[in-house]
Amino acid sequence: MLSIKNLHASVEDKTILKGLDLEIKPGEVHAIMGPNGAGKSTMGYVVSGREGYEVEEGAVTLNGVDLLELEAEERARAGLFLAFQYPVEIPGVSNLEFMKAAVDAQREADGEEPVSSKDFLKLAREACKQVHLPVDFLKRGVNEGFSGGEKKRNEIMQMLLLKPKVCILDESDSGLDIDALQVVAEGVNSQRSPDRSFIVVTHYQRLLDHIKPDFVHVLSDGKIVKSGDASLAQELEDQGYAWLKEQRAVGAAQEQSA
Amino acid sequence: MTEEINQALKREYEAGFVSDIQSDTFEPGLNEDVIRRISAIKNEPEWMLEWRLQAFRIWQEMEEPEWAHVSYPKIDFQEISYYSAPKSMADKPKSLDEVDPELLATYDKLGIPLVEQQMLAGVAVDAVFDSVSVVTTFREKLAEAGVIFCPISEAVHEYPELVKKYLGTVVPQRDNYYAALNSAVFTDGSFVYIPKGTRCPMELSTYFRINEQNTGQFERTLIVADEGSHVSYLEGCTAPQRDENQLHAAVVELVALDDAEIKYSTVQNWYPGDEEGKGGIYNFVTKRGVCHTSAKISWTQVETGSAVTWKYPSCILRGDNSIGEFYSVALTRGMQQADTGTKMIHLGKNTRSTIISKGISAGHSNNSYRGLVRMGPRAEGARNFTQCDSLLIGDQCGAHTFPYVESKNASAIVEHEATTSKVSDDQMFLCQQRGLDPEKAVSMIVNGFCKEVFKELPMEFAVEAGKLLEISLEGSVG
Repeated sequence: MLSIKNLHASVEDKTILKGLDLEIKPGEVHAIMGPNGAGKSTMGYVVSGREGYEVEEGAVTLNGVDLLELEAEERARAGLFLAFQYPVEIPGVSNLEFMKAAVDAQREADGEEPVSSKDFLKLAREACKQVHLPVDFLKRGVNEGFSGGEKKRNEIMQMLLLKPKVCILDESDSGLDIDALQVVAEGVNSQRSPDRSFIVVTHYQRLLDHIKPDFVHVLSDGKIVKSGDASLAQELEDQGYAWLKEQRAVGAAQEQSA
Repeated sequence: MTEEINQALKREYEAGFVSDIQSDTFEPGLNEDVIRRISAIKNEPEWMLEWRLQAFRIWQEMEEPEWAHVSYPKIDFQEISYYSAPKSMADKPKSLDEVDPELLATYDKLGIPLVEQQMLAGVAVDAVFDSVSVVTTFREKLAEAGVIFCPISEAVHEYPELVKKYLGTVVPQRDNYYAALNSAVFTDGSFVYIPKGTRCPMELSTYFRINEQNTGQFERTLIVADEGSHVSYLEGCTAPQRDENQLHAAVVELVALDDAEIKYSTVQNWYPGDEEGKGGIYNFVTKRGVCHTSAKISWTQVETGSAVTWKYPSCILRGDNSIGEFYSVALTRGMQQADTGTKMIHLGKNTRSTIISKGISAGHSNNSYRGLVRMGPRAEGARNFTQCDSLLIGDQCGAHTFPYVESKNASAIVEHEATTSKVSDDQMFLCQQRGLDPEKAVSMIVNGFCKEVFKELPMEFAVEAGKLLEISLEGSVG
């Protein structure tokens, strides 16, 4: 479904991704873990086409479509969704208005008519309930005055409405208490299906207790250095990331001697 | 990202067409003879001519103001034509059937059908084309309620007592340079009178169109709301796309007698000039209202056009417990310059005023808020709340705030809040990641920023204003 091959990318002339490979099949949940500065958030931004992130080499395709050729909004309409680590506020633009525009943009790309306001309101109310947000959040400005947890739940609500093919959750667990964490996890789990895949970016094991990954990858210095099943997450939790440094040092020494 | 936003901001000015209409236009130039000719064409009574000439003499002794935060080449007032009217209007058409179809087509094209059946239900329109009023709709229906809505040139004949009583009482001839000029040469505009205790049954609106080249438009509007009455009025303006600058110097006077309420909304979309700043309208306008006891005047403006805007719709809160409001959205882009704001003059006790100003600057434009809140010595318990928000798009534009506060009464309270923000890359990316293209994203963010003001507009026009901003921002015709 989503295929990332040998991806090299830089921000402000600094190379962050250095040959990232990731192959995600329909219905799979992949967790990406790794130390700070490994390039986890960068991966999400590069794949979703954020301005300022330059791809130097490599390929990213979604169901065979070359994503790197598309604008950010076209990638979104192709079914790629990024749940932000720090969702930004858009004052005065109601959640409802914002999400209807988003859903309609996607429908238009699929050659469908805009959804009627009445039908959309119904869908949006259901989505609100599912992430335990009061329905009056639909009337409020996008993320305007929301708490950290409310913002994260709002992201999941947007995901529920857009029904993307691939979801990248960028540290959706950061700053959440255990209740909010469960709500986020429930939202994600409810959307797991044979034709939808997830990339869950996280620092900690605890989110993965609620969202069971099929695969866990360790991202370090811009590439995947280790992959395994869910048990790898537990291993990392126990050992930390210090071993990565040693491995890197060894790698560097080998390169020098060669 | 800035580049993309700037691209999104480039746009066609869709009201920029020229109508092929035969006009009688004065030779450029300004002297007492020109004023006598204007007065003669309008068949004015002697008192009106005298008033004009008096204003002209005052104007000649005045100097063009230079304090505003705008710059433009000096205007040569002898190069402007002070009167232009479609030939077909020479013998006043009695009904819509007699109006030149080309004129009607012009308004149709602007989205203002003048045939009553096709109009927005509940909105009466006075259409002013260059120097004359072309048609005023729904007059009979309004007359049933006792409401007078007609061109001011007609009011001078039909209701001389009302005109004499109120003209120049809010904006005197010598008020300022452009007001004096307007008093001398004004050609048309609307006159409204709402009788005691009457709620005007329809929205009233005037639509101003400049068509002829090298002419100035000097309209004068006078609205009198008698005791306990209520009226909502809207004006719209457009002009063709031309390389030369054109002058528009209007005066609007509002009189709200005891317990009356006037809501005055403006959607200003004069031609702003091209990307390099060539052409466009100089919009130098004086608008002011006086509130008697417990009266209320509310100004709402959406300013998106004009090369240079110089405009401060104001309220004189003369009566105790009167209320003044000013809600403004001013959008500048390209090379546009706007210096706009309000004056709230609190004279009476317990007077209240609210100012909400939203300035949006893009491109190489400059956008200034200039506002005065004055609490007079008698203004016991008076209150003002001011909020000025600026939104910057890109890094080549300027936003400025010049608030003036004068308080001569210790019990008066003045509050001022100001913010400046940018359309951030984070906001743009969030929108794009949810599938919205950059143009839609900018217009949505800007509309959100303006929400507090848009909700003050009459419903039909709030939609219009939103669309206008969208058009301004999208660069598309639609």
